[in-house]
Amino acid sequence: MTGLEIEITQKRFPAVGNAPPLLVYRSFRLSVEPGTFLCLLGPSGIGKTTLLNMIAGLDSDFEGRIVFHGRGTPRIAYAFQSPRLLPWRTLLENLLLVLPSTSEARERIEILLQEVGLADAAHVYPERLSLGMQRRAALARAFAVEPDLLLMDEPFVSLDEPTADRLRDLLCRLLERHPATVLFVTHDSREALRLADRILLLEGPAPAQIRRDLTVPMSREERRDKAQIEALHQQLLTS
Amino acid sequence: MRAWQRLAWTALSLLAFLALWQFLSFLVASRTVPSPLLVLDALIAAAEGGRLFYHISATLGRVGAAFFIALLLGSAVGILLGRAPKLDRLFNSWLVLFLNLPALVVIILCYVWFGLTEAAAVTAVAINKIPNVAVIMREGALALDRDLAEMARVYRFGAWKTLRHVVLPQLVPFFAAAARSGLALVWKIVLVVELLGRSSGVGFELYMAFQLFDVATILAYAFAFILVIQLIELALLQPWERAVNRWRR
Repeated sequence: MTGLEIEITQKRFPAVGNAPPLLVYRSFRLSVEPGTFLCLLGPSGIGKTTLLNMIAGLDSDFEGRIVFHGRGTPRIAYAFQSPRLLPWRTLLENLLLVLPSTSEARERIEILLQEVGLADAAHVYPERLSLGMQRRAALARAFAVEPDLLLMDEPFVSLDEPTADRLRDLLCRLLERHPATVLFVTHDSREALRLADRILLLEGPAPAQIRRDLTVPMSREERRDKAQIEALHQQLLTS
Repeated sequence: MRAWQRLAWTALSLLAFLALWQFLSFLVASRTVPSPLLVLDALIAAAEGGRLFYHISATLGRVGAAFFIALLLGSAVGILLGRAPKLDRLFNSWLVLFLNLPALVVIILCYVWFGLTEAAAVTAVAINKIPNVAVIMREGALALDRDLAEMARVYRFGAWKTLRHVVLPQLVPFFAAAARSGLALVWKIVLVVELLGRSSGVGFELYMAFQLFDVATILAYAFAFILVIQLIELALLQPWERAVNRWRR
């Protein structure tokens, strides 16, 4: 597990066509304790995905620094908004690709596929599966690398609510077995309450500001109760 | 439509073609428009001495070599240009120049500069095809999926794994298009190269037959070669395409 210290002096997107340049972050600070499940909650287009991309090293065009606390360089896994599986490789092949090709790796992948309930679909091409199954595979891939830091960008959107809920349960189970620091982006406040230890409420207009920084005082069991979440939602997030 | 129905239609269509040909040759009644049977005779005569086989395999060797070189170099150039916009801006007009350079000019220049050799012949054909492949593959490289590239970066695929599992599978349709159009173009140019400066191959034989106004032999060679190219398409290209497209829904 790894903690991280984020300090973004400035992040801007240059003007494209007729759109003016956009200042996404200015003097943005955030520190995350190791093992925290942190939800970034905020409206679309505020720069949540951009923040994850900067942390993942996919976007290095910003002023500031991101420091990881932990031994060596952290192993980072990223569950994107779309599953981003290679359509021309089977599920098993997709997962094997993120690890060096050894027999232990293969064993681990097979166990993981079982854990997410996809053992029977191991040799199926992703596009023949439902979106829910593809997302489970993407989740298994993220855990395959034994991440210190798990970045998740609305990984359960465009699923029906029962399916999304089962996937949230699955995520919690996987995290119990394979602990990691999690940064989870969502615009669904109930989902945030359901999952997070800590919620960061981001607010526009650009540049993004941290409006509130909440700790969620609920146990795993309490979170399964829709009424409890609703009550907390009333108390914390409607004001 | 079932397989045998498709086959029956193809057979019917070919028979109609033969009938029309027979009728026209009967109508014209000249040695320069031989009937299908005369062409078949010429084909058998050419096959008996082993000449047909010798010349077709000489041509096929050149087609294979030029095709392979053109696909390899053309793909490399195309992918590079597709990935590096600056290089593309620099070399785009070169590409347009070579695309529009007549095949005959390239062939003549190669023979003049490198002599009437096998290497010059194959080089000339390859140069004719490379810009074509490069343009198609550049389109492919421009269309590469950024999302998957990011995924490969986050999960530290490294250069080789990324190329093999992320980049190349996306280029397969473009590669197949280049190969398809390449095969058709290359063998036609090879015949011209042989006609101008080789003493073997279908092109050379066509030239000899032309000197004698032996139209039956010319047509016999043409049909034999169409058959061979169709066989390559059916036995190599199509099964390969089916294999790499298995994953599609």
